[in-house]
Amino acid sequence: MAGSVSAAATAPLLASHARAEAPSAAQPKLRQPAVTSLRINRQAYELSLDTRTSLLDALRDHVGLTGTKKGCDHGQCGACTVLVDGKRVLSCLSFAVMNDGKDITTVEGLASSDGKLHPMQQAFIDHDAFQCGYCTPGQILSAIGCVNEGHAESEDDIREYMSGNICRCAAYPNIVAAVLQARDQMKGA
Amino acid sequence: MHPFVYEQPTDISAAVAIASRFTTNDDQPTRANAQFIAGGTNLADYMKLGVAEPNRLLDLNRLADPGLRQIRVTDNGIRFGALVRMGEAADHAEVKRRYPVIADSLRLAASGQIRNMASLAGNILQRTRCEYFRETSWHCNKRVPGSGCAAMEGFNRQHAVLGASDACIATYHGDFAQALIALDAVVHAEGSRGSRKLPFAKLHRQPGDTPYIETDLAADEIVSAIEVPAIPWARRSLYLKIRDRESYAFALASAAIALDLDGDNVREARIALGGVATVPWRARAAEEALQSKKLDEASAGVAADAAFAEAQPRQHNAFKIELGKRTLVRALLEARDMEV
Ligand SMILES: Cc1cc2nc3c(=O)[nH]c(=O)nc-3n(C[C@H](O)[C@H](O)[C@H](O)COP(=O)(O)OP(=O)(O)OC[C@H]3O[C@@H](n4cnc5c(N)ncnc54)[C@H](O)[C@@H]3O)c2cc1C
Ligand code: SF4
Ligand code: FES
Ligand code: FES
Repeated sequence: MAGSVSAAATAPLLASHARAEAPSAAQPKLRQPAVTSLRINRQAYELSLDTRTSLLDALRDHVGLTGTKKGCDHGQCGACTVLVDGKRVLSCLSFAVMNDGKDITTVEGLASSDGKLHPMQQAFIDHDAFQCGYCTPGQILSAIGCVNEGHAESEDDIREYMSGNICRCAAYPNIVAAVLQARDQMKGA
Repeated sequence: MHPFVYEQPTDISAAVAIASRFTTNDDQPTRANAQFIAGGTNLADYMKLGVAEPNRLLDLNRLADPGLRQIRVTDNGIRFGALVRMGEAADHAEVKRRYPVIADSLRLAASGQIRNMASLAGNILQRTRCEYFRETSWHCNKRVPGSGCAAMEGFNRQHAVLGASDACIATYHGDFAQALIALDAVVHAEGSRGSRKLPFAKLHRQPGDTPYIETDLAADEIVSAIEVPAIPWARRSLYLKIRDRESYAFALASAAIALDLDGDNVREARIALGGVATVPWRARAAEEALQSKKLDEASAGVAADAAFAEAQPRQHNAFKIELGKRTLVRALLEARDMEV
């Protein structure tokens, strides 16, 4: 699905002159949409957004990337985890405008262009690390962050540093196994 | 959500100028028209719930001063820039080595994702998670002054037994603050009336009959840094956090401890308690009880009794007195037995 999303087709584009007309960073007005440039999964988007839009809603409702899930919308479940400039964060607690100029990776952006899955995606499949799959995109992004941060050295470490991702199907043991497998492959890579 | 204008000032004086243009000296930071945002993990949550309704959001993340993002270790101690993220400080080698209590308090807080977003200044200024405060259909003196407090006769299991008043019994929920108050940290703030340093112990205010006044900061004051003085013996320090589940939960009771020992005898003890009080809680009576004593289970128990001597339980939170005492005793003995 990700492959079919094109910036031109889906992003509410703002004519480029609007930017020039609005040297208005100095005098912004209430309810004036904010122009927000995001690089999502290696593709540039320019969005005109109500300042209240969360990064999560921008991804799902404005760009059409629905892989990132909305669980609680209040920072309590981890379903909305994405990478911003390489770091895992919660997209529900971040206003999209605050991410202007940032590089975002969602689950749609993990596979390589030839369709080869990221080692973490493959590991989740190999270990049956999901049942309904609702929490899975967030789990995978968080797991990649966890490995990159160096917090996947032991099973205890993985449990502790993955605790921000809640799975209502309780696939936890298999998730730990998947992270262990992908950790070594990611290190090798 | 209430609509808001979004601005990204690039230096502190510009941010202060905007804030002071849209607020008055009497405004509480949390009730002001213009509010600062850093990680957003506390403020965005409360804006979504309609608990916070700023008309103007001043994003601090484009402030240019590199000191705001740095952890500097000097002979005088450690200086944390306000925008340093919790995860970064928790993983910092010198912080872990010199002040384990600081690293522990951050590592045991929230989740990996939240720690990547949340700033240190935002963390110390986070607002209570009292359920009645969070849900706007309840009466709450902190959210709406004078409206009453639904927690008093409600389900107050998580509420405070220390520092509470007839107006509010909400717990201060953060962890880092306990480490900071134990170590006599100092907060640097810049506002329209100039720069100042205030002792961490002066930052938060007990509820009294004005629970909506939460800190000593003015609405246009920006915290720029947090400084922890050099305390060589703070290598013997730790943060113990007791909660309903093993991870990703706020404290029911916690203790931040730093010990200066002469053998098993206490030269100086620093003790702060979390999860049980309305503000970051320095347990001075417990510290005094241990002064020059041999630290063992008995003396730790005496100190714990002293710490909770003034505790005032409500219907559902009385268990926190015993839990808090046991947490403190265990933390003291674990700190005593640390290899440093
Ligand atoms: C599910 C969940 C679990 C959590 N668990 C824990 C936990 O176990 N322990 C814990 O300690 N915390 C916990 N937290 C709270 C979290 O740590 C805080 O939300 C976070 O530290 C706030 O930092 P921030 O930068 O995101 O603040 P923001 O949300 O950006 O700001 C918070 C407040 O501080 C003000 N502010 C921010 N920076 C400055 C500044 N430099 N000067 C002046 N004012 C400023 C803002 O105006 C706002 O009022 C949890 C949060 C969530 C959502
Ligand atoms: S305890 Fe405090 S925050 Fe909670 S409802 Fe009562 S007044 Fe509000
Ligand atoms: S949707 Fe963001 S943490 Fe639940
Ligand atoms: S697989 Fe169903 S929520 Fe995790």
